[in-house]
Amino acid sequence: MELTELLECVTALSCVVTQVSAGLTIGMLLFLVASGLTLIFGVLGLVNFAHGSFYMVGAYLALAGYGATGSFVAATVLGALGVALLGLLCERLLLSRIYGADVLMQLLVCYAIVLILDDVVKIVWGADFLSMGVPDSLRKPPFVVAGGIVPYFYAILFLVTAAIAALLAWGMGRTKFGRTVRAAAVNPAMVSALGVNTTALYAIVFAIGAMLAGAAGALSAPIRSVVPGAGVSILIESFIVTVIGGMGSIGGALAASLIIGLTRSFGSIGFPLFVEGMMFVIMALVLLLRPSGLAGRRSP
Amino acid sequence: MAQQRNTGLSRRRLLGAAGAAALASPNIAFGQSRQPIRIGVPTILSGRVAQLGISSRNAMQMEVDRFNAAGGLDGRMIELIVRDSRGTPAEAARLAREMISSDGCEFILDCEPSSGGFAVHEVVRETGTLTLHVNSETSSLTADPRQRFWNAFRVARQGIHDSIAGGAYAASVVRARNLRRWMTISPDYAYGRDTTAEFLEYLRHFVPDVQVVGETWPRLFQPDYTENITRLSQGRPQAIYSCLWAGDLVTFMEQASIFGLLANTQFFGVNLADYTTLQQIRNLPRGAHSGNRYLRNFPDVPGNRDFAAEYNRRFNTFPTNWSWQAATAIRLLTTALREVGGTSPRAVAEKLRGMTIESPFGTDGRVTMRAEDQTLVGYAIGWGTTISTDPFVENIQPADWNTIFRLEAEWKRAKGWL
Repeated sequence: MELTELLECVTALSCVVTQVSAGLTIGMLLFLVASGLTLIFGVLGLVNFAHGSFYMVGAYLALAGYGATGSFVAATVLGALGVALLGLLCERLLLSRIYGADVLMQLLVCYAIVLILDDVVKIVWGADFLSMGVPDSLRKPPFVVAGGIVPYFYAILFLVTAAIAALLAWGMGRTKFGRTVRAAAVNPAMVSALGVNTTALYAIVFAIGAMLAGAAGALSAPIRSVVPGAGVSILIESFIVTVIGGMGSIGGALAASLIIGLTRSFGSIGFPLFVEGMMFVIMALVLLLRPSGLAGRRSP
Repeated sequence: MAQQRNTGLSRRRLLGAAGAAALASPNIAFGQSRQPIRIGVPTILSGRVAQLGISSRNAMQMEVDRFNAAGGLDGRMIELIVRDSRGTPAEAARLAREMISSDGCEFILDCEPSSGGFAVHEVVRETGTLTLHVNSETSSLTADPRQRFWNAFRVARQGIHDSIAGGAYAASVVRARNLRRWMTISPDYAYGRDTTAEFLEYLRHFVPDVQVVGETWPRLFQPDYTENITRLSQGRPQAIYSCLWAGDLVTFMEQASIFGLLANTQFFGVNLADYTTLQQIRNLPRGAHSGNRYLRNFPDVPGNRDFAAEYNRRFNTFPTNWSWQAATAIRLLTTALREVGGTSPRAVAEKLRGMTIESPFGTDGRVTMRAEDQTLVGYAIGWGTTISTDPFVENIQPADWNTIFRLEAEWKRAKGWL
């Protein structure tokens, strides 16, 4: 524990600016993945263990899109929409058959998808790690705010992910589609009885969830290695976020993602050898004090 | 009665069978002598460092093809059995055991990094299979007498050697540029911890007043280094040391560049100068300090350039540090096999101990399997500074092996290993 350094950091504005901006960016990228996971669980009741693979495929599609077009915007759109389509196919062909099934059956089918997608990317792109690199148009000197460093690309990432989060919140909270989805999460039989095609609704929700993971993969491709199996670590963190935030709660996922991002950021200064452990400590505390998560629905 | 006659073994049949066996036995013996010499190779063929495992396999195959084309060992060809451990130590150990017990491998060429190398080490300690560790650089693997046994050798560069060479080189830069505030970022496992500690020890040996103001330890194959980079920037170091490697190093360099971390800081990356790493970094900074991993122009001898050219012709890419080590392992093993004239593990091990062979990867055109600790010495070590285009590293200063031997012996004595 290096608490003196942590104290020095939180009392120095430059350090706070650097750590907070980095923590928020890490947190928002994590939120994109975790929000898709929690959305799918909340509405479909499916624990999607293949969600990390959607993140990985999003990164690969973005890499391919960037190579073909030279445009990072086109690459991100390709990554997000391509994974939405992939998610739709997975849902229609495989996962729709196991709704309501035992969690072990869900795990088995999702693990099969993970293995298939890992092998597909190895066949298409090879087993080596690949690197996109930050596009030249976004490779600019970092901002210096009150002595703290905010990389230009991270600022862009934060703005884009925040915009997606706002769009998601608006879509779920203020639109007819969002109200229908929330209603389906509570009482799908009633929603179906009212004439809503729940089969199509589930497919769309799953595609949106997958798209969020694909978008996160695409957005992070310039700063992370693109490699088969890249989704595993992000999946673990996403599950931690989902548990802390509350299964099925998008607002909870946002809060938990930012907590994890800031814990990572400040933890690297205050307890550098226990950053990973601290995430699990937070999760354990939440489970003890508030078993349904920060914003999860309490059991009746 | 009829049944008894049909199933019984008459004297005539017995004689016939014995005669047939007698006629066939020379062929059986001949067939056995022509069976391939199977060598098991657990390595990483997928994931973030797959490029290195693949480069090990490629270089081995080049050398094996040459050995087989020259007639093998009295007609016995070498067959490599290469399998993917996916970077998991438990899987590497399982593969090694399977290769020995099920595939009939007579030798193991362990192409795992230290994380898997130690796991394989324990397997072959138990089975007594002659093993050459090809990529494990953690010094204790062969330096610590408790880890040493008759059938395990290291054919790889070693952390302590690189650290002494790196420390001496870094000290010259420290004196020239007055770099006193240092930080480190290295992977959090045996190799990263040991090598970093050894580098700092020798940096301080040469320049005692160097101050290490912080360390950060990302886990192996960590996807994001943001938290580590912000930690480094808070420490405002004048110089940073790292033994991150392969894809991890590429990701770190990319993220560090967008933070502007390396703009005013001298970076010392012992593992930077490997082609697959150098070519993947989009904006390789000029003036970063690197130890040589594999460079076709260091040592600048025809044999090294030919090796790179042939490798490039066959695999359409350039060799890596794991390639020259793998090639050297096969050359040492095949030389020992020929000199022994068989595959007896005890005899081959005895022959390997102290063996010196001609090598384009040696400082003076030779490398030696040092007898006392069964580890490779005399290989080329140098440090230089990066440039963005081929040959990627310039002003390479070769290390002095006499200094390495002297300080290594002191280090072993201090540890109680000598």
